[in-house]
Amino acid sequence: MIETSSLASGALLANEGGGGLHSTAASGAFSALWLVVGLPLLGAVLLLVGGKRTNPFGHILATALALGSFVVGVLMFVTMLDKSGPGRSVDQHLWTWAPVNEFQADIGLHLDQLSMVFVLLITGVGSLIHIYSIGYMAHDENRRRFFAYLNLFVAAMLLLVLANNYLLLYVGWEGVGLASYLLIGFWQHKPSAATAAKKAFIMNRVGDFGLAVAIFLMFTTFGTFSFEDVLGGSATASDGTMTAIGLMLLLAACGKSAQFPLQAWLGDAMEGPTPVSALIHAATMVTAGVYLITRSAEIFDASPDAQLAVTIVGAITVLFGAIVGCAKDDIKKALAASTMSQIGYMILAAGLGPIGYAFAIMHLVTHGFFKAGLFLGAGSVMHGMNDEVDMRRYGGLRKYMPITFVTFGLGYLAIIGFPLLSGFFSKDKIIEAAFAKGGTSGWILGAVTLLAAGLTAYYMTRVMLMTFFGKERWKEAPAGAPADWHEPHPHESPVSMTGPMILLAFGSVFAGGLFALNDSFVKWLTPVTGFSHGDLPMSEWAVTGMAIAMVALGTAVAYLQYARREVPSVAPAASPVTVAARRDLYQDAINEGLVMRPGQYLTRLLVWFDNKGVDGFVGGLAAFVGGTSARVRRVQTGFVRTYALSMFGGTLLVVACTLMARMA
Amino acid sequence: MNPVNYLYLSALLFTIGAAGVLLRRNAIVVFMCVELMLNACNLAFVTFGRMHDNLDGQIIAFFTMVVAACEVVVGLSIIIAIFRSRRSASVDDASLMKW
Amino acid sequence: MNGHFPWLTTLAALPFVGGLCVAAVPAGKRRLAKNVALLFSLLTLAVAVVVATKFDNDGGRFQITESYSWISSFGVRWSLGVDGIGLVLILLTAVLMPLLILASWHDADEAPVGADGSAGAGRPAPRGTHAFFALMLLVEAMVVVSFAATDVFMFYVFFEAMLIPMYFLIGGFGGAQRSYAAVKFLLYNLLGGLVMLAAVVGLYVATANQGIGVDGHGTFDFVKISQAVATGQLDIDPTAEKALFLGFMFAFAIKAPLWPFHTWLPDTMTEATPGVAVLVTAMVDKVGTFAMLRFCLEIFPDASKYFAPVVITLAVIGIIYGALLAVGQTDIKRLIAYTSISHFGFIILGIFVMTSQGQSGATLYMVNHGFSTAALLLIAGFLISRRGSKTIADFGGVQKVAPVLAGTFLVAGLATLSMPGLAPFVSEFLVLVGAFTKYKVAAIFATTGIVLAALYVLVLYQRTMTGPVRPGNEKLRDLVPRELAVVVPLIAFLLVLGVYPKPVLDAVNPAVDHTLSRVEQKDPAPTKPIEQAAGTEAHTTGGSK
Repeated sequence: MIETSSLASGALLANEGGGGLHSTAASGAFSALWLVVGLPLLGAVLLLVGGKRTNPFGHILATALALGSFVVGVLMFVTMLDKSGPGRSVDQHLWTWAPVNEFQADIGLHLDQLSMVFVLLITGVGSLIHIYSIGYMAHDENRRRFFAYLNLFVAAMLLLVLANNYLLLYVGWEGVGLASYLLIGFWQHKPSAATAAKKAFIMNRVGDFGLAVAIFLMFTTFGTFSFEDVLGGSATASDGTMTAIGLMLLLAACGKSAQFPLQAWLGDAMEGPTPVSALIHAATMVTAGVYLITRSAEIFDASPDAQLAVTIVGAITVLFGAIVGCAKDDIKKALAASTMSQIGYMILAAGLGPIGYAFAIMHLVTHGFFKAGLFLGAGSVMHGMNDEVDMRRYGGLRKYMPITFVTFGLGYLAIIGFPLLSGFFSKDKIIEAAFAKGGTSGWILGAVTLLAAGLTAYYMTRVMLMTFFGKERWKEAPAGAPADWHEPHPHESPVSMTGPMILLAFGSVFAGGLFALNDSFVKWLTPVTGFSHGDLPMSEWAVTGMAIAMVALGTAVAYLQYARREVPSVAPAASPVTVAARRDLYQDAINEGLVMRPGQYLTRLLVWFDNKGVDGFVGGLAAFVGGTSARVRRVQTGFVRTYALSMFGGTLLVVACTLMARMA
Repeated sequence: MNPVNYLYLSALLFTIGAAGVLLRRNAIVVFMCVELMLNACNLAFVTFGRMHDNLDGQIIAFFTMVVAACEVVVGLSIIIAIFRSRRSASVDDASLMKW
Repeated sequence: MNGHFPWLTTLAALPFVGGLCVAAVPAGKRRLAKNVALLFSLLTLAVAVVVATKFDNDGGRFQITESYSWISSFGVRWSLGVDGIGLVLILLTAVLMPLLILASWHDADEAPVGADGSAGAGRPAPRGTHAFFALMLLVEAMVVVSFAATDVFMFYVFFEAMLIPMYFLIGGFGGAQRSYAAVKFLLYNLLGGLVMLAAVVGLYVATANQGIGVDGHGTFDFVKISQAVATGQLDIDPTAEKALFLGFMFAFAIKAPLWPFHTWLPDTMTEATPGVAVLVTAMVDKVGTFAMLRFCLEIFPDASKYFAPVVITLAVIGIIYGALLAVGQTDIKRLIAYTSISHFGFIILGIFVMTSQGQSGATLYMVNHGFSTAALLLIAGFLISRRGSKTIADFGGVQKVAPVLAGTFLVAGLATLSMPGLAPFVSEFLVLVGAFTKYKVAAIFATTGIVLAALYVLVLYQRTMTGPVRPGNEKLRDLVPRELAVVVPLIAFLLVLGVYPKPVLDAVNPAVDHTLSRVEQKDPAPTKPIEQAAGTEAHTTGGSK
């Protein structure tokens, strides 16, 4: 299976395969494409405008519309299976948005194999999480609003992946950012939630800046920003331009996908309700960066420098997330760090070019299943534990919530890459692809991915052991517990919650195998992203063997630390490295020191400058005029004699001057 | 008689008038001094008319008289009004209209 | 074109007459006065809609024209006519006015607070309410004339005359420091206006010297002057042209306001009632940016090009400076004022980059900014009037007690930070794209404004609306129907223009193309153009027609 095709031929293949996105106008069943976005959008509008009147049935309506969108998506998928070749790529022009001469912004949708995968993932997982939320949010007084936001998110995310041009993609891009903001800050009365929401939005905006500039560059280079034209023309433009566009797109991806250096918001985003963390901050929205890079394959293929930058960012984040994940005691934050790390894998794979695009997407989908399942499991645990998130106050829960335990466990096995489960296939392929990049960088990337696989096994085993095994640490009151503390009574969650967890567990177990079977997933995506095997310097089995060895090692270390030894219910003092990891490798301190504090000083300085400087100048001028006139008006004594004398003097002066002029 | 002498007289009268305006405080006296200055001018006009053998100077003198008459009416009434309200005809007392 | 029904004069006369009627209402009948004002503003809106339907996007430059002799010895004429730019701004004015009247319903009922901050001293003036609404209508009339005037002198007269009612509106109603704000407003704008007057006279002399007018007189006829400039008939000496340009630009830069001539705006907006503050930013200031586009560029094309880099630099400074200052404010209204300074930077940037995207975007921005600022300020005003404080720190957790107010405030805030789907996004993006095609560095600096915008809006929202309910906010009422009637149309406009701005752009584009052809500027061609496949619509490159 190892082919020694060079990178260049890979790029060529990509251009032959997916270059230019030539597509046909949507007809037949495809003409219902707009409904995929329209249905959840309708739900959001109805629930937000309808207000309290829709309280009794809002959650049902929203779930039904999300499911409806899924059904339409499946219909599209079936139709697409029927077609072949270019017929699988369709465009639906809806209306002209903002036309100004060359600048022709259109509202148009584009469906091809790549967006199809996303549509199914978003609507599928999205629907499951809607169902889960019915139970999870049952007692929240603002449940209707929650569902409205969820629908808004699904609509925006679908718009993101279905847009046929970068500007509309930008709309979806910011739309998911907004939905994420609203949902992270859903419990607004908690200052921490409000702050986290704001932080997420603003860091995302930094990324959006990149996307905006990328679109400007596309427009100045190509005079358009539709996928078809930009991607089709990317091979003709200069390297410098393509690198600039690529780097700007990477910045955008970093913001949305919580990649280094814009990763700091994801951990805090766990302030949102857990279904939100599952849907937005694990399965779908945070993977938008991977979509963006894969969608822009031609741009990155045209710029090796930009690709290198992508792989570097991916590699750093893989390790960053994994290291942070090893030290977190908050179950959701540990999972969030894991998400960051896993997306790092995808970004890294996407940076490899045609060797990696398909695997990036494959990992994205399997990750969508198992990470959503893990988060829902975490939510189920919190549900039964009075919303406790500290894993040091869990332990031995497998007896109390068997379904959660089993589904969470399957997700756990999938994520660490246990052989023949989903994660095994997708992650293994990324490690292979990293090695297959060739050269020193290939070895480095391969080593990083292997190391991260070991770390993943370590931190996930840690989560698993601390939560479901060991002593029941929640039975004793924590130090400094409030007076009304009472022992939690762990219990299994209602069926509306366990149902989605079970379905996702199925996905976690079988999706990878299904995709890998006959390379069907890669073949499916090849027309869009292109594919090349790269140059693997060793046998595939060797890579797989090393990966499994790393996983076993990680698991074993975690077992020794957390199963053989008692887990203290308060975090013990630890080495500087652990402390750093607990504090997210000081990311917040760095951001604060480098950006926030200087920014605050700058604004304070400017406020002072505006008052004293700009306005002070104007005020000073006014004061000067006022002061001068105050002094000058003293001349007006009010005594007629004085006036007469000055008149007299003036007359004399005039006469004298006249005479002088005469004389001269 | 040399008409230039009338001019000297006129200049003398004007100077007396001007000095009075500048130095005196009683509004009535100031007023009279203003009249004196006007009449000094009239005298000069008439003299110049005589010297140049035309009537322009005399016509202007008539104008001045009419204007002066009007001025007297307005001025005196202002002085009387001020005197009524302030019980004083000193020009220095009416120094409120400053600034 | 006399003989047709004088639609534009009617449009301008209606609010004027309305103002007189309001003033004539007997002193005790406040409610009647308000209703009359509302009625006339609605009538004006109706006429404006009629005017809009009579406007043909593909018709000539100025349409619905009328021209009467006014001051014949100086060749001043009462000339009105609209192009697409003037039309959409007139529509903005006409749409906003009824909403502003409705929003200000109770603002002039009580005597304003004393200078020492003491609560309304005694009873209000018997006709205070009447005066307030009459003056607002008067301002509307003058704004409409300014947007429709095709005679430079006539424009100048109304541009300046606007200051009088504005002065009384700011100084007579509003916060404790209102007299200070009113005087500052007046002096700033008067200074600009006087410099402009000198330039207007200079322009007249230039036209007279070069025989553009009739019988050796000069002319103020804008159409004639701009044509003479375009054909080279009117060839002002470059130094003189620069001086005249600066004279015009100075007045408009103060009015707009462009950094560093902005400091009157925060004081004015903080002290004025919310309705008047919207009147200032959404309408009166738009006259400044509108006039830059109309007069500066077309009458002084060479000087405009010469000074464009300077103006662009100031605009970009304004964008970032305004945004940073907004972040640092502690007073809600002041914060919003600084966001406006930032947004005016965008508008001016769009005008002076001289690309079709930039200028169409800037025009659309004027409209959108009108709606978004109106929404943000008016809702903030409702909030402030409930709590009796403008200080951000006094609020907190409002979302809990008044969810609709908080929700609409968030929507308005999102519009202010240019969230896609809401109107300002389209215009901001157009401006930035238009700027980027010519001035990459300036555009990139300006784009950082979108990050800062997120910061100031969300910080404001977080501090006022989220978190635990702060003491003093427990009893805040949610929006009442009257206020909803103000907010809902504004948000509807923001949404509709965000999703379907095409009608506005279609009206604006021909006018912008015309302006660009007058300054002889073409959009830079893409470096690697994509050949359009047959069947897709072919677009003419460049702005010239």
